[in-house]
Amino acid sequence: MGKLGSRLLAGPYIVWMVLFTIIPLCLVVYNAFTNSGGVFTLDNVLAIFDPVNLKPLWLSVKMSLIVTISCFLLAFPLAMVLWKYSKNKNSLIVMVFILPMWMNFMLRTLAWRLILLNNGFLNHGLALLGLNPIYLMNTKVAIILGTAYDYFPFMLLPIYNALVKIDRDVINAANDLGATGFVVLKRIILPLSLPGIVSGITMVLVPSVSEFVIADMLGGGKVYLIGNVIEQAFNSGYADVHLGSGLSLSLMGIIVISMLFYKFFDKGEERSGIW
Amino acid sequence: MAKKLIELIGITKSFGDKTILDEMDLFMNENRFLTLLGPSGCGKTTTLRIIGGFETPDSGQVLFEGADITNLPPNKRPFNTVFQKYALFTHMNIEENIAFGLKIKNKSKDYIKDKVKYALKLVNLDGYEKRMPDSLSGGQQQRIAIARAIVNEPRVLLLDEPLGALDLKLRQDMQYELIRLKNELGITFIYVTHDQEEALTMSDTIVVMNKGYIQQIGTPEDIYNEPQNAFVADFIGDSNILHGIMIEDCLVEIFGVKFRCVDEGFGKNKPVDVVMRPEDIVLTEPEKGIIKGKVSSAIFKGVHYEMEVEACGFEWLVHSTVLAKPGKEVGIWIDPFNIQIMNKPESEDEEIFIEE
Repeated sequence: MGKLGSRLLAGPYIVWMVLFTIIPLCLVVYNAFTNSGGVFTLDNVLAIFDPVNLKPLWLSVKMSLIVTISCFLLAFPLAMVLWKYSKNKNSLIVMVFILPMWMNFMLRTLAWRLILLNNGFLNHGLALLGLNPIYLMNTKVAIILGTAYDYFPFMLLPIYNALVKIDRDVINAANDLGATGFVVLKRIILPLSLPGIVSGITMVLVPSVSEFVIADMLGGGKVYLIGNVIEQAFNSGYADVHLGSGLSLSLMGIIVISMLFYKFFDKGEERSGIW
Repeated sequence: MAKKLIELIGITKSFGDKTILDEMDLFMNENRFLTLLGPSGCGKTTTLRIIGGFETPDSGQVLFEGADITNLPPNKRPFNTVFQKYALFTHMNIEENIAFGLKIKNKSKDYIKDKVKYALKLVNLDGYEKRMPDSLSGGQQQRIAIARAIVNEPRVLLLDEPLGALDLKLRQDMQYELIRLKNELGITFIYVTHDQEEALTMSDTIVVMNKGYIQQIGTPEDIYNEPQNAFVADFIGDSNILHGIMIEDCLVEIFGVKFRCVDEGFGKNKPVDVVMRPEDIVLTEPEKGIIKGKVSSAIFKGVHYEMEVEACGFEWLVHSTVLAKPGKEVGIWIDPFNIQIMNKPESEDEEIFIEE
């Protein structure tokens, strides 16, 4: 096939991208910098620094950091165990941990509702054990639990993939040269799986900052995140497309800038990452 | 007599229901270059990994200077290993790679610096301290892997097919390099390879293995000139292996033709395997040979011609610097001294089995 022919194959995707990514993005940018009269303004873009919006933004960042750190602390040891005990790459046990990813995330979040409700499975279980019930529904903890659960596979998979790529003889070589347990982890395994860790953190942190559906479903509208603010701007009775666009654009800008920082401190290491 | 350094006693190892090593006994002397040679799946790498401590035998003992080290982890053994695919630490530069073992032993900075410099000099890569492993060629990475192992001053250096991934010319250079290293360091090398030429070139002692059993132990000359069974004869170099009957001492019958030989003590009218090396067979005028044949093919190999001669329904492999053109009638003659008689295999484990 000629060069032109193979380029044509990208055609359908390019059409898709132009229609549903590029054009909407241009609209967002246009709306962000104009007011309802079509006049240029910076008000909407700067609206994120308004204390009313800064507070949910800060809460979002805090919560997504907690989610990301919890995901990492859970996923890394699990990935190590999977790597150690699964001889071939696509073993059943790995599948089991990836399986939740194949389920619609709304269903997964709904399941958390059933568990956390005041008379849900969790409190039934506690009652059976003779313990006092705990009321997690509609709290930040519920949102963190739900978000961490939803994004967990996105942390696990890249780390596991990075670990699988480590030649076992490299570990043997480290042992052979006198290193054991913790030293091997710190000096060999962690640095070699860094690209996977970077991917995992990126794939959990970025989407969870702008998360709002889980906050709606598990927070009962009581926890107000930056995602909710933007959603309200577009969807509420007094919808303001310009404010919503301005806030989205600023949030996107903040994320992109922090990713650039992140990459700067981690230059050249993301060779085998997904991202 | 050299000292017994490592001794393997009754080592058995299986993976699943596949027995890799069966009741293997072997000892290694100090300051020797010992090669474990055999086709893939013969258990040579498993043997090396058991010595290195990366595998634990199902039964049997590994002794080092008489002390049992069977259950000692690799980091407690005074050995270092050079792995097949180098296994360099790709996130560290060359200096950090080589210094890794020394840093763990908490050696002083100056000591480490000197040692790294010395090791790089030894493998002819001075000045490569700050390079990253990825920026080096396969041969250079292999040298770094060797340097990384020898800075720790191991009593024994274990090498698992270290030259397998290199091209022919580089492999030959590295063979000389390894011999030189061994002489300079004065330590024991245990080397695993499936390449018989590599084994013959470098070793003091060769252990030929097949299907988890040791077939023969000896010097390269012993192994080549006096193979103990058909497997060894076939695996080491090219050979003509023929079915024969030992009529009496010094007389063997092949294809109904009697050949004089020099082997004794096989009994009378006993079936045996007969080995004739292709370079030992002499092509003569048809009348002057022991048997008559016809050249069926001839290939130029550089040092010699490789010819196949059809005689008595057998394709005889002949190496000679003198060409006999295909179709030519020739006589086959061989010096009685160059005929090697071997007992027929007693078990099927000794049968010829080459996996390529």
